[in-house]
Amino acid sequence: MGSTGHLSNGKLNLNLLRDYYRRELLECLDKCLGSKALVWDDALTGPFGLIAEYSLLKEHEVEKMFPLSDKGLPPSNVQNIIFVTRPKLHLMEQIAQNLLQEEHKGGFRKEYHIIFVPRKSLLCEKKLKESGVYGTLHYIEEFNLSMIPFDSDLMSMEMEGAFKECYLENDYTTMFYVAQSLMTLQFLYGIIPNIQGKGDCAKNVVDMMLRMRRELGGREPQITPQIDNLLILDRNVDLLTPLLSQLTYDGLIDEIFGINNTSVKLPPEKFVSSSQSPEDAPTEKKKIILNSSDELYGELRDKNFNAVGSLVSKKAKTITAEFDERHAAKTVSEMKHFVSKLPHLQQMRQSLSIHTSIAELIKEHTDSEEFLDSLRCQQEFINGLDTDKVNTYVEDCIGKMEPLDKVLRLICIQSYCNNGLKTKVLDYYKREIIQTYGYEHLVTLMNLEKAGLLRQSGQRHYPTIRKSLKLIVDEVNEQNPNDISYVYSGYAPLSIRLAQYHARPGWRSITEVLNLLPGPTIEEIQQIPVALRKRRSSITSSHSSVMDQKVTLVVFLGGVTFAEIAALRFLAQQDDAGAEYVVFATKVITGQSLVNSLTGVHT
Amino acid sequence: MATADWNPLGEIYYKKCEVYSMGWSDIVDISKFEVSAAPYGGPIALLKDESKTARVQVSTKPIITVFTAAGKQISQMRWNSGSIHKMGWSHTEDLLFVQDDGVVLVYDMFLTFKKTFGMGQEAKDVKVIDCKIFSSYQGTGIAVLTSTYRVFIINSVDDPRIRRLAEVPGLSSAPSSWAVINLDRQSRALIAKGSELCLIDQGGQYQVQTPDVSTEVTQFLAMSLSFNNRCLAMFTDKGVIWIGSSDLQKKYCEFNTKSPTPPQQLSWCGAGAVVGLWGNMMLVVGPDKDWINFNFDNPVHLVEEEDGLRIIGKYQHEFLYKVPEVTEKIFKIGSMEPGAMLFEASKEFYKGSQKADEYIRIIKDKLEIAVSQCIEAAGHEIDPAKQKPLLRAAAFGKCFLTDYNPEAYVNMCQMLRVLNQVRNHVIGIPLTYSQLQHLSMPILIDRLVLRKLFYYAVKICQYLKIADAEGASRILAHWACYKVQQKNEDDETIARAINQKLGDTPGISYSDIANHALEEGRPDLATRLLDFEPRAGQQVPLLMKMHKDNIALSKAIESGDTDLVYTVLLHLKESMNQGEFFMAIRNMPIAYALFIQYCRQQNRKLMEDLFYQEDNFQEEGTCKVVNSFNEDRMEDRIEELKLAQACFTKAKNEFAKVQTEEQIKLLKYQQRLEEEMNRPYLNLSLHQTIYRLTLANNHKVAEQLRKEFKVPDRRFWWLKINALGECGDWVELERFSKGKKAPVGMEAFVEVCAKHGNMKEAMKYLVKVSPEQKVKCLVKVGERKKAAETAFENKNEEELSYVLSKCGPSDKQLVDTIREKQEFIIIQQRSGSPSECSAKESTSSSDADHNQLALYHVTCQPHNRGYMVPIGYKCTIYVTCPA
Repeated sequence: MGSTGHLSNGKLNLNLLRDYYRRELLECLDKCLGSKALVWDDALTGPFGLIAEYSLLKEHEVEKMFPLSDKGLPPSNVQNIIFVTRPKLHLMEQIAQNLLQEEHKGGFRKEYHIIFVPRKSLLCEKKLKESGVYGTLHYIEEFNLSMIPFDSDLMSMEMEGAFKECYLENDYTTMFYVAQSLMTLQFLYGIIPNIQGKGDCAKNVVDMMLRMRRELGGREPQITPQIDNLLILDRNVDLLTPLLSQLTYDGLIDEIFGINNTSVKLPPEKFVSSSQSPEDAPTEKKKIILNSSDELYGELRDKNFNAVGSLVSKKAKTITAEFDERHAAKTVSEMKHFVSKLPHLQQMRQSLSIHTSIAELIKEHTDSEEFLDSLRCQQEFINGLDTDKVNTYVEDCIGKMEPLDKVLRLICIQSYCNNGLKTKVLDYYKREIIQTYGYEHLVTLMNLEKAGLLRQSGQRHYPTIRKSLKLIVDEVNEQNPNDISYVYSGYAPLSIRLAQYHARPGWRSITEVLNLLPGPTIEEIQQIPVALRKRRSSITSSHSSVMDQKVTLVVFLGGVTFAEIAALRFLAQQDDAGAEYVVFATKVITGQSLVNSLTGVHT
Repeated sequence: MATADWNPLGEIYYKKCEVYSMGWSDIVDISKFEVSAAPYGGPIALLKDESKTARVQVSTKPIITVFTAAGKQISQMRWNSGSIHKMGWSHTEDLLFVQDDGVVLVYDMFLTFKKTFGMGQEAKDVKVIDCKIFSSYQGTGIAVLTSTYRVFIINSVDDPRIRRLAEVPGLSSAPSSWAVINLDRQSRALIAKGSELCLIDQGGQYQVQTPDVSTEVTQFLAMSLSFNNRCLAMFTDKGVIWIGSSDLQKKYCEFNTKSPTPPQQLSWCGAGAVVGLWGNMMLVVGPDKDWINFNFDNPVHLVEEEDGLRIIGKYQHEFLYKVPEVTEKIFKIGSMEPGAMLFEASKEFYKGSQKADEYIRIIKDKLEIAVSQCIEAAGHEIDPAKQKPLLRAAAFGKCFLTDYNPEAYVNMCQMLRVLNQVRNHVIGIPLTYSQLQHLSMPILIDRLVLRKLFYYAVKICQYLKIADAEGASRILAHWACYKVQQKNEDDETIARAINQKLGDTPGISYSDIANHALEEGRPDLATRLLDFEPRAGQQVPLLMKMHKDNIALSKAIESGDTDLVYTVLLHLKESMNQGEFFMAIRNMPIAYALFIQYCRQQNRKLMEDLFYQEDNFQEEGTCKVVNSFNEDRMEDRIEELKLAQACFTKAKNEFAKVQTEEQIKLLKYQQRLEEEMNRPYLNLSLHQTIYRLTLANNHKVAEQLRKEFKVPDRRFWWLKINALGECGDWVELERFSKGKKAPVGMEAFVEVCAKHGNMKEAMKYLVKVSPEQKVKCLVKVGERKKAAETAFENKNEEELSYVLSKCGPSDKQLVDTIREKQEFIIIQQRSGSPSECSAKESTSSSDADHNQLALYHVTCQPHNRGYMVPIGYKCTIYVTCPA
């Protein structure tokens, strides 16, 4: 990850955040003098890659990097061994084991340290003490990397357990991290004056945040607020959206291949260049980094997939045309002009070929019968068609033993759109799942019910919500969208509708719907010293509306999908947009990852 | 005349002025006391040791009294420890007493005992014969000379670490004088041994030096270091005062006093003059042998300051200092300095004389210098009446300057206002402007706080607009700490009073105050105060320290900080028995949930116990279910499941109960199957079990299981069709298709055959497929052409598109045909007659790489009214096909 220019392209310069983290990290590293080896908790390498490149670590005397494993550490002659780890108990066991083995080995005298990311934990330290290795450790530091900047308008905590912990286990630790992260953001970008939110967790976070501000006791940086609004949404306010199949470009990539820390691994066959012979085709998966520094991806990612084909071919034509200019170039200056454009053109051509291949891979999937049928079934459900009885398609999926997450997603959608299922229907589905996928999923089903994804029939809110928030849009234009519903080809994500109303005309206009959604509605104002308030431009300046576009930070507790992010970006691009959006989520999720996080016996 | 009280000392002038008339004049005669005053206008301590003065031996202990510099009594006490050898002040204005056994006792100026420490075993054993309290780099240091003539030194009373200095070789009697020198970040002692001087340090090194003295010297009777430690003055037995640099390398002058006795005090006045005091006579000697003589009516005591010398007497407190250069420039008779002219101009101006203009003209181009001079000179004046005309002159001069930065002027006005306040005899800190510069404002504020002058301190902070965190709120916190010491008020009143004053002021640490209260032995007050503490991280540990575990827990929960909650929880768990512990957390859902989280990872058994205790049968049942998967032996698994079943029954979860029952049944079946067929069946779901049985051609058992577990028909059909397809048992498949009417439709059979590549078999079922599924099935078996034809017969455009989407690059011809047909249908459907609408293929793009799109242009005529295409519009149909 060489260039980080894409982080500073937004209204909020996220490079500031990245730099902040880099400083913190180096501070941690520099505490240990001499050469170092880092031992990585695997889940952290991705996020760290986005913060500090290897060369930077090298400058600070990091000579070796090892993955953390049970097998112990490979021999090395560095002076310091630093474990970089999340505060998880099973990882502590591995670290303890490693340390004991090292002690046993003896040899070259080393110092051992731990850096906890994002925070130290008492339980982990206790575990280390119990294992008898706590004394061996020299420094125990914490590095508060909790908001990983993915793109100029997107930060994620990459905490997959957040939803489960909050809604299933009443463990709000992640919410505490969120509140702390928001404090960090306010430290860097100024106090956010207006706070609104919906849901229990949102309330929790806002309360903690206000409390932390009080704890700061006025020692806050004197910065003019760069973020005007904070909108915090609980995932359980909108459990429907993530369950549906995303139809945007990056949404589909995530659904099919999984995007991790802005990179995706794809089957290599499609990326063999024509010059390579098929024999030496790579067998390793091809890793591609997806962020807005790739100009073409920046344009494609939020498009409905049906519009991707035409856009790609249009781009192809422009590039070919531009390449053809070299024939037209007669004079030296024309030639020079052409050559100057060349690197950019070549880059574009390369990126074009990558995305053509990705699009083909996706198309294979979207053309499949399984995908289309499932999509049709979803569309029926959200339109409220036949949601009250057992659905044949779902039955067939179970009969054919299609992946459990797909089946569960469909049933959960049906449950949501029917305001819960009749006991008979629900029990039938549950029994079918247990008989087909195994008894262990009794626990899965209980979890889903506890989290509210599956319900017994209750009050009939969905039709009201659907109508008042115009969730279903019949006339949808996928090529040149005029409404956020394009991201799901006809369904407007509830969460983003809330954001839309939040910007204009304000939540007061939808009080009734808000009351139907679970959890409290929150509204807080944080006082800003007069000197730091943004000066509103005078009435005389005609460009005021453009210049003054407000920045809204939207926080999704329990995860956000790429399609939702796309919808927010779409909102910001509208002429009458009320705000620019920056997204901060506990994790970028898909329906699959959401359902899977609740699956299984191993809770 | 402004210069009337100036005393010339060579080229420069010295001035002595009164700072206070002493408040103690009626009660104190300082000749009877041992006096010690802190520098920077600090308090004065008097020690009256009657045992020394009394003719007969009395056993009364000495009395110590502390006064402000203005002679106002602050505190008094009777000494009750050992014999005091020396008394002195630390840089934080603590009163230090060094006893002859080397024990140092530290008191604050209110004579409240703070701490004590010793100067080491050796000092204790052999007694201290002399002692110096000096200012070191780390604060205030103490050096003691023992009766064995060894010097022990500590560099900071805050962090007393004793160091022994090198031994002076051949020292057989007490040195005639000695001093501690602080240079190069090191404290060394200079010991006079006869005519030699010996410099000893902590590293065990010594250096013998003989200073250059022109007259004969047998002994140095006194020595004194200047405030900045750079200059040294010594008094020889021949009455000569030697002045030089403290490294003895330079000699400034020798001055013969012709006095056979050494002065009572040999001091420095700033760094420019040495002062000797003999009785009521004071001699000031300059570096160039110039001298001034002062006589007093009463005995006095001298206190060195960095820029002068304070002279404390019975009636007066005076200050002797060098007239600053800038003051000299302005007030010296006949001075033509810009400052002097401006001062004159200003005076004339206020008299209404036009001379003002004249003077200003003279210094017009030096006006800026003039203003600065007046401002600076004002700073050096102690009397407000003299400050004012200077400031007025500066203000007047400022008017003629356009771009003058008023900051210096404003700052000086503010500083003087503060200085005049603290110099007031009520407060009694006679600080000069240059002393304040050195001391810094925060320390001055600290000193006010130390004197419990909270109100003044706060007012000064507010006046100087010092941020609350360093200013007002810090002072309030000190006030609160003082307040909690007031034992005569009850907890409630104090807590309320403190909260009323402090409120939510930023930067206040209620936990610090509470900690103070706790130290004062007032836990209840501490608890009340902690209630106001917003920082849970501070609050909780203190609450735990006070054994208020329950409050600690609820505060930790409020904070949302998981780690803090765990801190309390684990502490609770260890300090209580299990039952009590469970009871304690049951009403705190968050703590309860977090404890469960902890158990989930560390101690599952404990979690079950908790659920059991809480009658949470549902969760208990879930635990048992999970356990069942961790058991290896069949009997144990079934046992756990039975327990789970019982739990679900109690939880009234009929569904879970029934499922568990069925699972037990299934397990037993599977076990039997494994034994009979010698194949793995355990851990499969029911569906998978039947599937495996079907694969193994064991239809009878499959059927039995199906009935036993009431598998719905539809699913069973899918299961059987897929299983038979997988094992390629086409005969059985056909037989199955001919049996009971299939609930899934014939297309399922086609699908499975096609999936396993048996197209021939697929064709068999194709004929039976319902018409609406036909096209799809034809495509599945690869008959795209036929599918297209059928779709066209059905006049179904959607079906045609479907076929088209399934066409690959090899079907180019078919694609073309379908497109034609498709257009035909579209147009037919929309206009009724196809002939009037023209459609032709447009140019397809030339670059072969991205040739994914074929473009069609359809021009709509006025009468073919399609719902999609408005009349007269050209419309482009995009058809995507894989490259």
